[in-house]
Amino acid sequence: MATMHTQNTARLMMSPAVLMLLVWMVVPLGMTLYFSFLRYNLLMPGMEHFTGFGNYEFFLSDPAFFEALANTLLLVGGVLLVTVVGGTFLAILINQPFWGQGIVRLLVIAPFFVMPTVSALVWKNMLMHPVNGLFAWIAHGFGLDPVDWLAVLPLFSITMIVAWGWLPFATLIILTALQSLDQEQQEAAEMDGAGIVSIFTYITLPHLSRALTVVVLIETIFLLSIFAEIYVTTSGGPGTASTNISFLIYAEALLKYDVGSAAAGGVVAIILANIVAIFLIRMIGKNLEA
Amino acid sequence: MVLTRLALTAGVLLASTALASAETLTIATVNNGDMIRMQKLSSEFTAQNPDIELEWVTMEENVLRQKVTTDIATKGGQFDIMTIGTYEVPIWAKQNWLVALDDLGADYDVDDLLPAIRGGLTVDGKLYAAPFYGESSMVMYRTDLFEKAGIDMPDAPTWDFVADAARKITDKDNEIYGVCLRGKAGWGENTAFLSATANSFGARWFDMDWNPQFDTPQWKNTLTFYVDLLNDAGPPGASSNGFNENLALFQSGKCGMWIDATVAASFVTNPAESKVADQVGFAMAPDNGLGKRGNWLWAWSLAVPAGSEKQAAAQKFIGWATSKAYAELVASKEGWANVPPGTRTSLYENAEYQKAAPFAAMTLESIKAADPTKPTVDPVPYVGVQFVAIPEFQGIGTAVGQQFSAALAGTTSVDQALKNAQNLTEREMKRGGYIK
Amino acid sequence: MARETTRNRKLVFTVIGWTIGLTLFFPILWTIITSFKTEGEAIASPPSFVFFQWTLENYFEVQTRSDYFKHAMNSVIISLGSTGLGLLVAIPAAWAMAFSPTKHTKNVLMWMLSTKMLPPVGVLVPIFLIFRDFGLLDTRTGLVAVLMLMNLPIIVWMLYTYFKEIPGEILEAARMDGATLGKEIVYILAPMAVPGIASTLLLNIILAWNEAFWTLNLTAADAAPLSAFIASYSSPEGLFWAKLSAASTMAIAPILVMGWFSQKQLVRGLTFGAVK
Repeated sequence: MATMHTQNTARLMMSPAVLMLLVWMVVPLGMTLYFSFLRYNLLMPGMEHFTGFGNYEFFLSDPAFFEALANTLLLVGGVLLVTVVGGTFLAILINQPFWGQGIVRLLVIAPFFVMPTVSALVWKNMLMHPVNGLFAWIAHGFGLDPVDWLAVLPLFSITMIVAWGWLPFATLIILTALQSLDQEQQEAAEMDGAGIVSIFTYITLPHLSRALTVVVLIETIFLLSIFAEIYVTTSGGPGTASTNISFLIYAEALLKYDVGSAAAGGVVAIILANIVAIFLIRMIGKNLEA
Repeated sequence: MVLTRLALTAGVLLASTALASAETLTIATVNNGDMIRMQKLSSEFTAQNPDIELEWVTMEENVLRQKVTTDIATKGGQFDIMTIGTYEVPIWAKQNWLVALDDLGADYDVDDLLPAIRGGLTVDGKLYAAPFYGESSMVMYRTDLFEKAGIDMPDAPTWDFVADAARKITDKDNEIYGVCLRGKAGWGENTAFLSATANSFGARWFDMDWNPQFDTPQWKNTLTFYVDLLNDAGPPGASSNGFNENLALFQSGKCGMWIDATVAASFVTNPAESKVADQVGFAMAPDNGLGKRGNWLWAWSLAVPAGSEKQAAAQKFIGWATSKAYAELVASKEGWANVPPGTRTSLYENAEYQKAAPFAAMTLESIKAADPTKPTVDPVPYVGVQFVAIPEFQGIGTAVGQQFSAALAGTTSVDQALKNAQNLTEREMKRGGYIK
Repeated sequence: MARETTRNRKLVFTVIGWTIGLTLFFPILWTIITSFKTEGEAIASPPSFVFFQWTLENYFEVQTRSDYFKHAMNSVIISLGSTGLGLLVAIPAAWAMAFSPTKHTKNVLMWMLSTKMLPPVGVLVPIFLIFRDFGLLDTRTGLVAVLMLMNLPIIVWMLYTYFKEIPGEILEAARMDGATLGKEIVYILAPMAVPGIASTLLLNIILAWNEAFWTLNLTAADAAPLSAFIASYSSPEGLFWAKLSAASTMAIAPILVMGWFSQKQLVRGLTFGAVK
């Protein structure tokens, strides 16, 4: 009886959130699904008609599609690699006692507060610019030719810019996990003559596995649909070298105003995101089981 | 507790946003120098018209275009005045998205507008947008560098001359690059420059049956010439330079020549902004002796979307901002050289303007030399010099621009870039139903 | 001897720590420094770091061109509003999931997260049309709603993982002692839940403040926050490095300062259940 009661209260408490998200998901998704079967271009009103799978065919046969797919995964993978490895390293570093630790910590987390548009603008114009950027000046100082980062290594450069923004997030989560590590266990291991490497491999890393899982999961969610950094820096180019799925859909929606194919692209992206999600949950989901 | 208070505050603040005064004009415009000046001077307008308030939405060109296009196509009604170009006006006017401007004020003098510019903004005999500034393209060059190299720039150079001079002037150790050209992908950026250039090489976008023409030798010549020239004599990172980036390079003294919008002439000769203000000469955009020069025609113009509920006030503002009186206002505050160019005959007949603006004659001649109705050597089914006035062009032009940009960056070959451009244009034209 | 090693070790870590810290912070520092230069000095080669004529002219220029305080106010309202509303909806939901879990709880949670994987640009046109029909374009109300829904899954999940750490036995005990639901919440649960809620609040203010897709595409003049304000500086107009730096500094300063002052609270709950 009491359980019934709490069950109902629980359902009641959950319902606003669930209902809102349901509406938020079903309505735009429903409209997107509907549009994805229409030939619908904003610039040509009155021409809408049913076109079956025409939009899907068009979107998937885009010569840039597979490159965009690869770029999406490379971008997510690259940023994850940098932030997870770098974040672990930074967290361990910040966790050591040293002078000015508090200030260094503030410096390290600062990039997380910078909005993506601003960080992309700053990196593009003030650091990576091949004529007026600081990197070019440093290159000149070493007698080297400045690298035109965004033209020659577009995907790598964007990965770096994005990773810079997400590194603090990874660091912070790993740091909180580190701080709950049993110090005595570590000291005991040290006494027994265990080296830094083996302490890290056998004590620290297993302890961090849950934190790392969380970092990977949350970052993946955000990184799959990354857009602002690409838009500001390379506009997907040169050619289609830094176009990801998000950007490809953007080109359909806001350059061609082709609502139909953009909607088809949206549906494709959702399916892909879910494949990644299932994969991810399979791979690391057991870490989340309490 | 904290939460409730927070929610309450948020609620109250939200409620207060709904009310807005009746005669506030929301103006969407580009963040170009002349528009920013208009925004600064607009207090004169509001002083004369105390019942009208102005809200400015100033954005970078591409962002602005997305926002106004989405808004007007879905009848969002967020803007009362939009800044659009000669590409949009005919397409939008045909959709009945724009208000015909017939109420610009008694002393507006429509007949004073330059015919080429006015023609591009008129559909079925009605003016749908008022030109704020008009531009063609021309060569801007450094007289000091040319003198040092012992080269004389003719008034109407050929492409071979330009290429030759650019290579001679280039001095990479001192960061002097012979020529700066647009390389940044975008239909309004490198595609505009290359389409206009291609016209002078005898190339065209489509044949009379709307078949894309990127597989022709003319296009291959154009793109090869451009890529080779910039690789030899262009600045590093040319593939990400657009109009504004090149302007900055030229102003800081790093370009020997710059072939771009005539409107830039007043910026590069303005001593407050430009390090090389006294050393700039002007010449017509180059040609190849085929009868077409590589210069375009464009006018940033103000238009009123059909969805606006404040059309009378909007027209009043447009009448003010594009009038002769506005030109005089700018002249009195900032000097004649800074008056928005390229829209009115009277400006070019004004002795004071001719004196203050050494680029006036060349600008006018360039504008007159561009013919959007007959842009190419061979006949074409479309209107527009550096664009093709069909709705599909923005998407195609940008995608093709990315291919050109990749060829310039060296990530694909010229041949491959043209092949990709041909394929993707064919694909889009098939989807648009132009070709089977 | 041992003390000597510790001291040396500390010295080494100090050097490494500061080097990395300054390197990571450098882009921001460089932006702030450049914002005080004239345009000419901003692109001077070699660049100067301290010894130049410091000026505020860029800040005045940016302010006259676009009313910074209006945009900043919009950012504050939108990020606080969406976070506040989000918490209001999420706290009960997370609570129920944490204390009365059913076999579906995990799936509901995963489903919620999956709604975040929808690429915004794919649903732009539908959302734009809905906004137009409800008169929500260029209103703060509309943005609050969208950002709230965008971040709700993260809020729920973060709170859920936090609440789950609160031992259920305490509740049982209190109930045995005859505590009412109200008292239960005020005296027992609130003190334990506050750090988690505070941390969620902070993280979501940051996420909402920095959101740039919806804020840019659904606003024009009235409701545009700082992430849209920066769009008018996103391409150069002649020499623009100093102005860009000033605008960037103005856009990130409030959230950076807030983040720094509250980092302890932010970190405390930022575990997503990762700490056992």
